[in-house]
Amino acid sequence: MNDIKEKILLKGNVAIAKAAIEAGCECYFGYPITPQSEIGEYLSKAMIEENRVFIPVESELAAINMVIGAGSTGTKAMTSSSSCGIALMQEAISAMCCQQIPGVIVSVMRGGPGLGNIAPSQGDYNQACYGGGNGDYKIIVLSPSTVQESIDLTYLSFHLAFKYRCPVMLLADGILGQMMEPCEIGNYPYKNYNYDIESWALDGAKNRKARNLISLHMDLGELEKLNYELNKKNIEIEKNEIRYDKYLTDDASIIITAFGTVARVAKAAIKQAREMGIKAGLFRPITLSPFPSNELYNTINENTKVVLDIEMNLGQMLKDVRSSVFGKCDVKFTGKPGGGIINSDEILQKIIDLNNNIES
Amino acid sequence: MEKLVYKEPKCLVENFKYTFCPGCGHGYVLAIIAGLIDEFNLQGDTIAVSSVGCSIFLEKFFELDVVGASHGRSPCVATGVKRSKPQKFVFTYQGDGDALTIGFNETCHTALRGENITTICINNTNFGMTGGQASATSLPNQKTKTTPFGRDIKKYGYPIKAAEIIAKCEGAAFVARCAVGSPKLYDETKKIIRKAFYNQINKIGYSFIEVLCSCPTNWQMTPVEANNHIINDVAKYYKLGIFKDVLEENKSI
Repeated sequence: MNDIKEKILLKGNVAIAKAAIEAGCECYFGYPITPQSEIGEYLSKAMIEENRVFIPVESELAAINMVIGAGSTGTKAMTSSSSCGIALMQEAISAMCCQQIPGVIVSVMRGGPGLGNIAPSQGDYNQACYGGGNGDYKIIVLSPSTVQESIDLTYLSFHLAFKYRCPVMLLADGILGQMMEPCEIGNYPYKNYNYDIESWALDGAKNRKARNLISLHMDLGELEKLNYELNKKNIEIEKNEIRYDKYLTDDASIIITAFGTVARVAKAAIKQAREMGIKAGLFRPITLSPFPSNELYNTINENTKVVLDIEMNLGQMLKDVRSSVFGKCDVKFTGKPGGGIINSDEILQKIIDLNNNIES
Repeated sequence: MEKLVYKEPKCLVENFKYTFCPGCGHGYVLAIIAGLIDEFNLQGDTIAVSSVGCSIFLEKFFELDVVGASHGRSPCVATGVKRSKPQKFVFTYQGDGDALTIGFNETCHTALRGENITTICINNTNFGMTGGQASATSLPNQKTKTTPFGRDIKKYGYPIKAAEIIAKCEGAAFVARCAVGSPKLYDETKKIIRKAFYNQINKIGYSFIEVLCSCPTNWQMTPVEANNHIINDVAKYYKLGIFKDVLEENKSI
């Protein structure tokens, strides 16, 4: 791969697919669903041209379980889907955590619940961060808010999946998947990282004891012990991998919390508010799981009167925001479910209203 | 003069803890697989995919690398393994609940894709591990924990004749049904599984081997009665034989 410096115009979904190629993804397994089908469509050509593995599979169940198979041999593998498709993968995601098998899952959210609609949404924050799989498990969830960041976080997804031997989910929404932006691609930053795959991956018991990656642990106390080990890993991830972005928060009396597409819309509203003399700022979690709790708490300063959480859902991140703020200031919420899109005028009006309340 | 009639295959775990009921058919098939792994010298190149049910504990018996799969999904896990490491020998070991009930979609599509893997499917006509409930393969009128009055085909439909269906999948290279219940049947089963292994090693393609096995505990029979039941009843409904063999077909052309 050549190092490309110039910017090219890319659609979000295609950018994710291209980034997966750059990151050295050897296997892609996918089943079509709007609004992310371009990922599979792009890779159906690119992976074959690169002499890598592409299979258009029979279901999302098949896709994620093939990721498990490839991951178990230490191979970089990915699948992508959207809301109801990701729902089908939950059992396997729990198994991946238990079996400590790396893999990347791209989730491009659409409106829900049920089949919902194909409008952009953030209704799967809970699905991604809190999962529908069984047992005590946590996965890493990364949330981009630009096409460029979709690329960078796809890179990071593969890196973290292998660094910690776990599933990593890239959580985008329909707007990010479908919009086009200029971006730089072609410099995978983790090329030289040594993941020590040889110590755990399956390649046949040649000149060593047989090893296994299984998810049933029936011996007395075995599963309890494994849970503690997995928890230790989660604490390590929390210590090392929290990522977030702040914008004009130092003196902010109103701090907006938002992720993904909503965060960039909020940024535009904050700019306008600042021009009107209202001290608004933005705190944007990039790792939704683990959530930057301490970082949000510490961002709230003596001027901060209120944290306004905004999401394209009915307040799924709100509980994480509330528990992070920990009563340090007031927390308000505004949002739209089912594919409703929030524009910057609405956010600005909300900021103005809150500011009036603060001043009165 | 002493004559060696049986030697423990070296890919079997020494003094392993047998997890099956007395008279269960699983042990025979595991012994066949272990013997063939040795025969083809595959131990260092094999990745086995376990499933859910009595078939789950592969790592307890085999000195082989094992990856576990969720219920019904081992053909997909095996596909991921094989596509990422085409040089490895990959087989799934599943029961009828796993491969033919919850995972039949995956089984069929793996056959249709012609994945170069081997599936050994133990058919004992019930969910053994959970205590003998009806599965897709339970025989008409078979009494199980969930068909206490016998499987009523008017209410619950017909058993799945998997080998016949999978043989219709064009991607499949070798499809057979065999049984363990007598020394003769054991030898035939070994021959058939040997052929399935040969197919994968020589990149002939996907093999699906359904093995009729006894489940004395859940059938509420003695081991001897269970073996007779296989021969007299189960194998009457599920005909033994080779349903597809591309090697033979090519020979005849």
